[in-house]
Amino acid sequence: MTAGNGAYRVVGTRPVRHDGVDKVTGRARYGVDANMPGMVWGKVLRSPHARARIRGIDTSRAEAAGQVLAVVTGDDFPDPGAGEAEANESGMQSLRYMAERVIARRRVTYEGQVIAAVAAASVHEAEEALSLIDVDYEVLPPVLDVREAMQDDAPVILDDLRTETGGVFDDKPSNIAKHFIFEEGDVEAGYSAADLVMERSYSTAMVHQGYIEPHNALAYWNPDGHLIVESSSQGHFGIRDELATMLEHPKSKIRVLPAEIGGGFGGKTTVYLEPLAAVLSRKIGRPVKMTMNRTEVLIGTGPAPGAFMTVKMGVTNEGKITAVNVDLAFEAGGYPGSAVSAGCLCCIGPFDIENFRVDGYDVVVNKPKSHAYRAPGAPQAEFAVDALIDEICAELDMDPLEFRRLNASKEGDLRVDGTRFHPIGNIETIDAAVATDHWQSELGESTGTKRRGRGVASGYWLNGGGKSSAVARLNGDGTVTLLEGSMDIGGTRTSIAMQLAEFLGIPIEDVDPIVPDTDSIAFTGVTGGSRVTYATGWAAIEAAEDLKDQMVEGLADYWDVPAESISFDAGVFSQNGTSLDFTEAAAALQEDGLEVVGKSTASPNAAGNTFAIHIADVEVDTETGKVDVLRYTALQDAGTAIYPPYVEGQMEGGVAQGVGWALNEEYVYSPDGRMLNASFLDYRMPTSLDLPMIETVIVEVPNPGHPYGVRGVGEVPIVPPLAAMANAISNAIGVRIRDLPASPREVQAAVANNA
Amino acid sequence: MATVHIPTPMRVATDGAATVQIEGATAREIVDRLTEQFPDLGGRLVDDGQLRPGLAIFVDGANVGRRLRTRLQPDSELFFVEALGGG
Repeated sequence: MTAGNGAYRVVGTRPVRHDGVDKVTGRARYGVDANMPGMVWGKVLRSPHARARIRGIDTSRAEAAGQVLAVVTGDDFPDPGAGEAEANESGMQSLRYMAERVIARRRVTYEGQVIAAVAAASVHEAEEALSLIDVDYEVLPPVLDVREAMQDDAPVILDDLRTETGGVFDDKPSNIAKHFIFEEGDVEAGYSAADLVMERSYSTAMVHQGYIEPHNALAYWNPDGHLIVESSSQGHFGIRDELATMLEHPKSKIRVLPAEIGGGFGGKTTVYLEPLAAVLSRKIGRPVKMTMNRTEVLIGTGPAPGAFMTVKMGVTNEGKITAVNVDLAFEAGGYPGSAVSAGCLCCIGPFDIENFRVDGYDVVVNKPKSHAYRAPGAPQAEFAVDALIDEICAELDMDPLEFRRLNASKEGDLRVDGTRFHPIGNIETIDAAVATDHWQSELGESTGTKRRGRGVASGYWLNGGGKSSAVARLNGDGTVTLLEGSMDIGGTRTSIAMQLAEFLGIPIEDVDPIVPDTDSIAFTGVTGGSRVTYATGWAAIEAAEDLKDQMVEGLADYWDVPAESISFDAGVFSQNGTSLDFTEAAAALQEDGLEVVGKSTASPNAAGNTFAIHIADVEVDTETGKVDVLRYTALQDAGTAIYPPYVEGQMEGGVAQGVGWALNEEYVYSPDGRMLNASFLDYRMPTSLDLPMIETVIVEVPNPGHPYGVRGVGEVPIVPPLAAMANAISNAIGVRIRDLPASPREVQAAVANNA
Repeated sequence: MATVHIPTPMRVATDGAATVQIEGATAREIVDRLTEQFPDLGGRLVDDGQLRPGLAIFVDGANVGRRLRTRLQPDSELFFVEALGGG
């Protein structure tokens, strides 16, 4: 369902997507499809140990083997030094840690960390050669649990890491990389005013984004010093910039080609194989291609952090929240930089709470270095808060949507970072949820061991802006070629092109959007943070305006009138009773020999925050512990839905991933830190057979910070499913499950303990 | 006079004050006067004359990044916010 306002010609319509035919016919070219003449293959040797010192690496046997073309270790890369750099979607990162994550130097901090890489004529020869590399490890006991890692007497994983709090560093090494604190109001006074104060702890497991296409890279280091890279990523400028930093190579000599992407969800916003392939190529003078297998993806890339969280909340008997404490401890993995800061900023976003304190801890453990995963940090943190609210509602015997409406944040209310909300659609989304057929329907009877339950949960995500570039080139037949700098993940080429078409008053079919390489358009930030339709769309609108202004200038010459006398409306240029439609104007300007190219590099900073409500019905088999999802409805405020099918698709995808996070997905470790379920056979993601048709409701409260009212839509739908599912299960079986995933084993145990 | 909101962990350097009123035409003038008034804030906010990496400034609700040259209204509100780490 879409509640469009009908004010637009193109925005809000459902045209055929520009990448649709290539994708459904299998012709679309993904990173993994890339190849070059003379290409050879690279493979990676990974650490079998979760924590170790590297005493030595002997590559002599591998280098002497006939089939081996080149071997690289950390010694083949520049010393990263002690500085920091801005990393794609990861904030500031230590250069040393970034470098070690790509290839280890003197230590191993997680199983799967890269030790060396080999190039050979075939994949199999390269794989075989890995066994000829001798590594002398001093194996150390791993630290796998976030609470254990925070203890004063815990083994220190990184001896150069000190806890930072507000820009000040502790004296002694610690596994706690950073302590975030956000506090407003008077929390103790808030608890004094409460009739009920409840405190509970919750946990979630480390989970992977689970994209279908594995990481890959093709690199060719040309003898003239130019490096060409093609890989599956969410931001080719970010890949270029990280390569430039790590390889100490000029950005102008690195060209990164875009490719279709088989899923990323935040996990493809940094380099893994690209620097290895580049240095191998530099050594042998031939293109080198590398592709991970699924096990390598699971153990060697950046999953979402597991978390341990404690929430304390005070409420009145009427259900008004008076104060809250939220403590979040996130597993960063083998190096610092979890998403706990975003978790802090989002955890109480849906609620208007004047008295709060939020503490976040970024904690190093011997697991893969975590990375962004769709609304990074928010699903874990908001699960804890929303699950406690469900427990409070049960205690107060209060309708959970009524509770949310009573406490809903709105324009002018305080955010965790101390700033105040701009116009938001939180209350409108709650009201839409109350009005759904799903919420108004009966749940149905539980029978025997099949117990039914319903849960609801809120979702909040910040959304991002930032730098984006677009170039609009007018063709003589009135069509427009649109170059835009954002890697297209969710079909954003179309949603960006639609904004340009809307501004120019031309059909979307007359716009062809293309994502060019890094040499062919100005810098554009990563496709992440739900920023692309907002920020790159903004750039496209500005490019369209620039193009229109140049057309007006050209037509002023053509008509021999002042430019000010020419008006433009709905694709038609007019002056003094004479008009040319867009196609006629393009032809006239071409005849005059004018080439029109509009361009923009924009950096909009008023991305509107977004909210969601999800409703889940489940049936729990108390005998087997299996949870079936009977019905699921997702609602969210999209601002203005530029291309509603993509918004609905994002909502459905977010639900599927969130349900997996809630029910089945988790990294399972042996005591020595080895992942025991590193394949899709054992790492259980939901399939279409596990989910019902997901009902979607798009709420549209336009963002005043965008010409067409856009808010980001891609991330918030993964936030509510964790709590919605946990709350529904609790409602079904009468027992609260506070540790996710609620796998059959967990559910069975909870039922047994309750009995 | 601008209202400057001090991040929670930095309030130890402002004697617990959550907000401070300061005169200034730009964000840089505010930061200079703030660190003059509260010297312990210096290293927490500024690094080599620039806003410390990892911090962003919000002026009247808009994220202006690390642009200290941002011009202010007489009654502007400034926040120093930790830049998000995504993972």
